[in-house]
Amino acid sequence: MEIRYWNQRLETLPRHELRQLQLERLREVVGYALQTPFYKKRLPKVGISSPEDIRSLDDLKKIPFTVKDDLRQAFPKGLLAVDMEKVVRIHSSSGTTGIPTVIYYTADDLDRWTDLLARSIVATGAGPGDVFQNMMSYGLFTGGLGVHYGAERVGMAVIPVGGGNTQRQLQIMRDFRTTVLHITPSYLLHIHQRMPEFGLTPADLNLKKAWMGAEPHSENTRLKLQELFGIDIYNSYGLSEMNGPGVAFECVYKNDLHVWEDGYIIEIIDPRTGEPVEDGQEGEVVFTNLIRHALPLLRYRTRDLAFLHPDPCPCGRTARRMSRITGRTDDMLIINGVNVFPSQIEEVLMSIPEVGTNYQIHLSRHEGLDRLTVKVEIYSKLFTGDLAALEALKNKINEKLRASITINSRIELHEPGSLPAIEGKAKRVVDEREKL
Amino acid sequence: MAKQITVFLENRPGRIQSISRILKEKGLNILAFSIQDRGEFGLMKMIVDKPAEAQLALADRGMACALKEVFAVTAADQPGNLEKLTTALAEKSINIKDAYGFVSTADKRGICYLEVENPHGVDIGKLIAEYGFTLIADKDLYDL
Repeated sequence: MEIRYWNQRLETLPRHELRQLQLERLREVVGYALQTPFYKKRLPKVGISSPEDIRSLDDLKKIPFTVKDDLRQAFPKGLLAVDMEKVVRIHSSSGTTGIPTVIYYTADDLDRWTDLLARSIVATGAGPGDVFQNMMSYGLFTGGLGVHYGAERVGMAVIPVGGGNTQRQLQIMRDFRTTVLHITPSYLLHIHQRMPEFGLTPADLNLKKAWMGAEPHSENTRLKLQELFGIDIYNSYGLSEMNGPGVAFECVYKNDLHVWEDGYIIEIIDPRTGEPVEDGQEGEVVFTNLIRHALPLLRYRTRDLAFLHPDPCPCGRTARRMSRITGRTDDMLIINGVNVFPSQIEEVLMSIPEVGTNYQIHLSRHEGLDRLTVKVEIYSKLFTGDLAALEALKNKINEKLRASITINSRIELHEPGSLPAIEGKAKRVVDEREKL
Repeated sequence: MAKQITVFLENRPGRIQSISRILKEKGLNILAFSIQDRGEFGLMKMIVDKPAEAQLALADRGMACALKEVFAVTAADQPGNLEKLTTALAEKSINIKDAYGFVSTADKRGICYLEVENPHGVDIGKLIAEYGFTLIADKDLYDL
């Protein structure tokens, strides 16, 4: 197998040198962290008042975990470590309780992030001469732009089409002889289902590879999609808190994802105790971002469950490999690639007086796309007997939900008391989607 | 004016039965009803002999229901009467939001329940009287 590197020295750095590099970079980001109101309060309490207080990587363990809620509490600038004049990019995600989270990047931060994407892309064997159709959404979501810049740096021909519009996507694949896609598994399945409608088969296209991310999926789904399209598919992992995509990526061996450890310190912990688990054991993934200075995050709990492979990869990279995501420690839902928490939906519903106390979130899949149905009870005291008012209520719920979770939902109205009651262990989420 | 009771119902087997059972248990009589279907739910609209009691009985069971005033118009059972009635309303720009009607076979009277938008506050009783229709008085209605 042909192994190509973007930065061979860094990618094959002996482990002890890699750890030394991590230590240097950790000191640097701790220095930035100490510039933020959030960490300025938190770090001195554990004896870290300057970068020199980090003597070895073991000192990382002194630092308390940072969680999503800290990001919300720190909104908008509690975690900003540099002057706003230094910030050149802002990404943001919808909040789980109305407050969004925000990530800032300096020009150097973007440069370092882009470099890790270039490395990820080259690890899959892609490069100049490839025509890359980026089917992830652009905008505040980091998935689109992150990979876009990495692909340009590598020298691919980038088509920034973004998500949706299957007919146009297929047209572009044909017109430009696209070789590489960046896409979610459910959308790739959908594309395959729609191809006959346009008189196309995979043989009519020039696809060679796809990078698949933003949704957890199984090895069987990868194998199935590889067979359907006759292409190689590589798993991609990232989260905006760690810049975005390019935190971990599969190499040509497709044997789980190399975590770019010169950019991110990975820890796998027992989510109940916070203690590290044995190598190879599943636990919650915790990352420390070593390359972003505008908004440093130390020991960030991702809520993703995975394990680390203790054995090296035949590709020669010394970065350890993380398994695909096996689950979540919270109740986050991924709907067409968008992260949604049931609490966001509840928050919206409970702010609408005409809605009763009980609700249910239903997830199903139609033509390869997820469908969110929100069943709500109407509040009997505010029922007027007016049909137009009920239709208006459905629209209002959908509009308010979309403002919070960014996606459309189907609203179903139910009789008061007909949905499982809020007391006890009511099943709020019914997920009928076939596992990918 | 007649009082129509509107009940919110999920569109699934047994819901109309459960409404009619609640009314039966209270000894309430349904004089007219109609159902409006809207996908996963529907509205059941009824004229009953004791509207306030019916509302109380249904609300007691947690049902979402509301009372609304509608016009109960009566006319002889003859061809052309609906056209005549709607002409009367249309000429005064009165919009019919909802309506249902039937003919009582015993006395050959047609009865029509109307919910209207009457932006100019036209006296509907007087208007339809000019066209030969009568609004049923409450006591007559509930004696049907």
